[in-house]
Amino acid sequence: MSSELRVEQVSVVYPEQAFAALDKVSLTIGAKDLTVALGPSGCGKTTLLNLLAGFVQPSSGQLSLNGQRITRPGADRAVVFQDDALLPWLNVLDNVAFGLRLQGVSKTEREKTANAMLSLVGLAEFAQQQIWQLSGGMRQRVGIARALASHSEVLLMDEPFGALDAFTREQMQELLLKVWSHTGRRIFLITHDIEEALILASHLVLMTPRPGRIQESLTLDFNQRWLKGEPIRSIKSDPSFIRLREQLLSSLTAQPALREAA
Amino acid sequence: MSTLESTLVIPPEAASRLPSKLQWQGFWQRHQYLLLGLISVSALTFIWWLVTALELVPSLFLPAPQAVWNKFLVVSSQGFMDATLWQHTAASLQRILLGLWFAVIIGIPVGLWIGCNQVVRGLLDPLVEIYRPIPPLAYLPLLVIWFGIGETTKVLLIFLAILAPIIIATAHGVSSAGKSRQRAAQSLGATPSQLLWHVTLPAALPSILTGVRIGLGAGWSTLVAAELVAATRGLGFMVQSAAQFLVTDTVILGILVIAAIAFAIEIGLRYLQKRLTPWYSHYE
Ligand SMILES: Nc1ncnc2c1ncn2[C@@H]1O[C@H](COP(=O)(O)OP(=O)(O)O)[C@@H](O)[C@H]1O
Ligand SMILES: [Mg+2]
Repeated sequence: MSSELRVEQVSVVYPEQAFAALDKVSLTIGAKDLTVALGPSGCGKTTLLNLLAGFVQPSSGQLSLNGQRITRPGADRAVVFQDDALLPWLNVLDNVAFGLRLQGVSKTEREKTANAMLSLVGLAEFAQQQIWQLSGGMRQRVGIARALASHSEVLLMDEPFGALDAFTREQMQELLLKVWSHTGRRIFLITHDIEEALILASHLVLMTPRPGRIQESLTLDFNQRWLKGEPIRSIKSDPSFIRLREQLLSSLTAQPALREAA
Repeated sequence: MSTLESTLVIPPEAASRLPSKLQWQGFWQRHQYLLLGLISVSALTFIWWLVTALELVPSLFLPAPQAVWNKFLVVSSQGFMDATLWQHTAASLQRILLGLWFAVIIGIPVGLWIGCNQVVRGLLDPLVEIYRPIPPLAYLPLLVIWFGIGETTKVLLIFLAILAPIIIATAHGVSSAGKSRQRAAQSLGATPSQLLWHVTLPAALPSILTGVRIGLGAGWSTLVAAELVAATRGLGFMVQSAAQFLVTDTVILGILVIAAIAFAIEIGLRYLQKRLTPWYSHYE
C-alpha cells in the first residue's frame, strides 16, 4: 500500500477559468503499473501530470508517493516532455548522466549507468554525438534514457510521442513497453491518441473536460500481447480492440464541448 | 536528414579529381563573402592611390597610401607624441579590457538576477531603461567633474557603455532556458543553485555573448571619442593631436588602426560565439 502513487480528491482551479481544470480527481498508480490518462486537449491531463511532478500545487486534496506528500519537484519523479527538453550544450552521454551528476555521483559511475540506459533505448553508438545531430525520435529516446538513469520511482510522460511521425511513434511505443517490462518502472503517460492509450496501458483512465474528471478506469492487457510478440496490426484489428476503441471514441464524442472542438 | 546531407557532400579525395571549373565553383561558394569583401577593399585602396597619384587632391588633405604606410613604420618604431603606435594602442586596449572586465563581473550577475526575479526586474528595469539610451559622452563631463581626467574616468565611462547591453542581453537570455528544460532539470533533482549554474546560465550564454559584442562595439567608439577629449595617450589622443598639427597621414593611420581593432574584436567574438555555443545556430 505504501509503495503507491496516490491522488486523493484533488481539485485545481486556475484563476479566471469558468471550470475547474481538475475536479475531485482520485487515482492510484501501483508499483508496476503503466497508467495512461486519455482525454481530449483541455481535460486537465497536463495539470494532473504537473501535480504529480510537483510543478503545481492543488487547490484542494493531496498527492503522495510511498506515503510521502508531494509538495515540490524531486528526483524520485522524472519527467519526459513532448519537446525533448534536453540540454544542447551537453552531448548525449552527459545529458543522460545529468541527473546523476546533480546528485554527486562519480564520473565513472554515472557514465556506466548512462551507457547502460543508452543501450536500453538503442542509442549505444550515439553516446558522443551532439543533441542537435539527432532526429526527433532519437532525442525523445535520450529523454527517456535520462529519466531512467536517475533511478526515479516513476516516469511521468506528457504526450512524449505527440510530435513524432506515425511510423516513429509506433517504434517508440514498442520501445517504451520493452523498457517498462525490462525495468519494472512505474509509468504515468498522458495522450489524446486512443490507439496509443489502448496499446500501451495496463491501466487506462479516461478523462473528460469542463470540469476535468476521470470518467472511466479500465484494466487492459493489449500491451502484454504486443510484448509477447504478437504483431501490432493483428492486435489493432482484433474485434475486442476495435470494440474498445469505438466505445472510448463514443464516450469522448458524447461530450458536447468536444464535438465543437472536433 | 544527416545521412542525406552526408551523401551530398563531396569527400575531399573525390574533389581533387573533379574538373577545375567545378573546383573553382566550390571554392567560390565557400568563400564568396570573403572574396567579394577583398574585391571592394582593394578597389577602394586603388581609387585612393589613383586620386593621390594623379594629384587630384593636395596631399595635406589626402596623403598617398604609401605615405601612410611609411608613417606606420615610423610611428611604430619612433613614436608620435612621446609614445609609439603600440603604446597608444596598448593604452586604449587596456582601458577597454578593464571596462569590459568590470562590466562582465557586474553585468552578468545583475542580468541573471533581473531575469530570474520578478521583484528585482520591477526595481531595476526602469533604472536600466533610463540610463541605457543616454550616449556615454553626454555624461563624460560629469564624470570629469567627479573623478578628474585620469584613468578612473575613462575606465568608468567604458564600463558604463558596456554594462547596459550586457545586463539587458543576460536578462533576455534567461528566458531562453525554457520552462520544460528547467522543469526537467528540477525533476532530476536540481537545486535552485544547480538550476542556475547548469541550465539557466548555459542557456543564456549565446545571448550574453551577443551582449558583450554589442557592448564592446559601443565601448570602443566611446573610448576613442573620450580620448579625443581627455588623454595623454591612446589612439583617440594620437588622432586628435595629429590633426591639430595637420599631420594627416598619422590621422589616417590612427583611423585605420582603430577600424582594424574594432573589426578584430567583432570577428574574434563571433568566433568565440561559434566555439562556445555551437548548438545555438542548430537548435533555436
Ligand atoms: N497556467 C494556467 N493558467 C490558466 N489556465 C490554465 C493553465 N494551465 C491550464 N489551464 C487550463 O486548464 C485546463 C486544462 O489544461 P491542461 O491540463 O493543459 O489540459 P490538457 O493537457 O489535457 O490539454 C484548460 O482549460 C486550460 O486552458
Ligand atoms: Mg497537455
